[in-house]
Amino acid sequence: MKADPIGVLTGTHFFDGDHACCEGALAAGCRFAAGYPITPSTEIVERFAQRAPLVGGMFLQMEDELAASIAIQGAVWAGAKAFTVTSGPGFSLMMEHIGFAAMTETPCVIVNVQRGGPSTGLPTLPGQADMMQARWGSHGDYELIALAPSSPQECFDLTIHAFNLAEQYRVPVLVMMDECVGHMTEKVVIPPASEIEVAPRRYTRLPRGEYVPFHAGPDGVPEMVRAGEGYRIHVTGMTHDEQGFPAPTVEAQQKLVQRLVEKIRRNAEAIVRYEETGVEDAEVVVVAYGITARVARRAVELARQQGVRAGLLRPVVVWPFPENRIAELARRVRAFVVAEMNLGQIALEVERCSAGNAPTVLVPHGGGAVHHPEEILEVILAQARTEEVLR
Amino acid sequence: MSAPVEAPLAANPVEAVLRSFRMPHIWCPGCGIGTTVNCFARALEQSKLNLDKVVVVSGIGCSGRVAGYLDLDSFHTTHGRAIPFATGMKIANPKLTVVVYSGDGDLVGIGGNHFIHAARRNLDLKVICINNFTYGMTGGQMGPTTPVSALSSTTPFGCFEPGFNLPHLAESAGAVYVARWTTYHVRQLAHTMGEMLRKNGFSFLEIISPCPTLYGQRNRLGDGLAMMKHFKQQSVLRHGAPTKEVGIELQGPIAVGKFVDIERPSFLDVMNEQLGRTLEAEYAGCVKDHVPD
Repeated sequence: MKADPIGVLTGTHFFDGDHACCEGALAAGCRFAAGYPITPSTEIVERFAQRAPLVGGMFLQMEDELAASIAIQGAVWAGAKAFTVTSGPGFSLMMEHIGFAAMTETPCVIVNVQRGGPSTGLPTLPGQADMMQARWGSHGDYELIALAPSSPQECFDLTIHAFNLAEQYRVPVLVMMDECVGHMTEKVVIPPASEIEVAPRRYTRLPRGEYVPFHAGPDGVPEMVRAGEGYRIHVTGMTHDEQGFPAPTVEAQQKLVQRLVEKIRRNAEAIVRYEETGVEDAEVVVVAYGITARVARRAVELARQQGVRAGLLRPVVVWPFPENRIAELARRVRAFVVAEMNLGQIALEVERCSAGNAPTVLVPHGGGAVHHPEEILEVILAQARTEEVLR
Repeated sequence: MSAPVEAPLAANPVEAVLRSFRMPHIWCPGCGIGTTVNCFARALEQSKLNLDKVVVVSGIGCSGRVAGYLDLDSFHTTHGRAIPFATGMKIANPKLTVVVYSGDGDLVGIGGNHFIHAARRNLDLKVICINNFTYGMTGGQMGPTTPVSALSSTTPFGCFEPGFNLPHLAESAGAVYVARWTTYHVRQLAHTMGEMLRKNGFSFLEIISPCPTLYGQRNRLGDGLAMMKHFKQQSVLRHGAPTKEVGIELQGPIAVGKFVDIERPSFLDVMNEQLGRTLEAEYAGCVKDHVPD
């Protein structure tokens, strides 16, 4: 279905990524946000608090991130589309409720405008060191989806996409921004509502009695209801049977957790999204995401100018990871160079997917500023040369 | 000659509100939680509310399992976070009657911060707290309500920190309705729960309840029946008592009754009034208008 025009600020704007993210949420139909103030994410909810009452929504400032990340889930089960936004320390506090959303299949969006960590770290400066926490941070086995915008325009586009994926697969979807993308101001084009595709919630049409709340369809995703409609559902974070009631057995655990994981793994090829520049003939492929992808693009250009066939692969959806594409490229490229604002997270994933067929070289950065293109360039050139010597 | 006619079994008067197919429940013999559920079921029946619009939200622990036994839309959330979940739900659809039903450790231990902020906001939530003075599900550890000198698995030489006076905490934080009964007071409980279902604003009921398996046995308070008798003997009816005076000590008197019943504009009343006044015709209403009945 198309977006409700009331929430769509059609036009050409000069927005920072935080404001663009807010407009993306409103365009996607989000009408409830809860949050706790934390730099550098506050501009998102400040704008939401300003805009929401005009479009039939509201912002609720909660007492902490634990509260914010579960209040949105209460709102979702009442029928709203909802999100919360945070950064490092707040993201850590939200981990339990990411697991709750995964377990109860509550479609919701959590935005993390990453800053330098650990702990209080660098509150006003960028980081990309929460990427593995995004994937593995809550306890137990589960799968979710995480996106990494690299421009204010993408903060708008991918926030809409995040809401759509959340509804389609009934999972928490993480928008892994970074402080640079959140605070940089660029042109953001918001199309007319009639051009914005919005996924509706997958409500059941079955009557009470026939409806089985956690019985999944062929794609592994069950249909939903909201509170107050007479279905008298039970929703629990405990291991549950298809009716939704606690079932503390080995069999129920295996069946449920397997389905929660497989509904993403089996659909991974449909969810995965990446952008490639100059990869077709590349001997060295740089993998980078978020703000770092923009620096890496410059490094790739400089390498090309020096006659090295370099390319850039930018995961737009980071989780699930584009593992088939990496595996494929590993069989023909000389090396992967992974540039990221951490001391090695997605690099591990590239290394895993390349399965020994091509080396993975990390260009780390501790956070607080972006890489210099030359730092990445040097590694690209070194890899190109190394391979020549070996031959 | 006709066969003798068997008298039909008397139907459980609250059957319709319970998920009988989930029985037997998980609670120990002598536990008071089931008694409170019976009282709540009666209050629901008598309320004449459309039960399709009543939601129960629980946290984690023995009392957290209440949600699963009531035939309502029910949500068994995370430890301590029933109140913020309920907060999001109520604001997203104010037409719902949202009841939070959980234990003392859940609501005022791990969830204490949410409890005071919800009372401050005065959002229309009905919070029922089963207080058994201990963490039952995990084996009887001391908690935020354990009285000084009481034995628990983590205070083997007696508790040496004072427990919360919950009615005082609730009133101080802003609750508009505060009451306490024990599981002995079944009629009063049903009556109070009925009043809470009609009250607009943050209302709070503390129910003193026996945990004979852990708290009772360790503190030599006898079985469930003996603990109920003890509650009966120790209860002192004190409607309107200053909440500052109703703290509970080990083996001491238990003040019961309705302590607070005042009017104060609820969160949604204030929000709608203020946004309407400031934004005038631009105010599009809160989320409820986008949720069909």
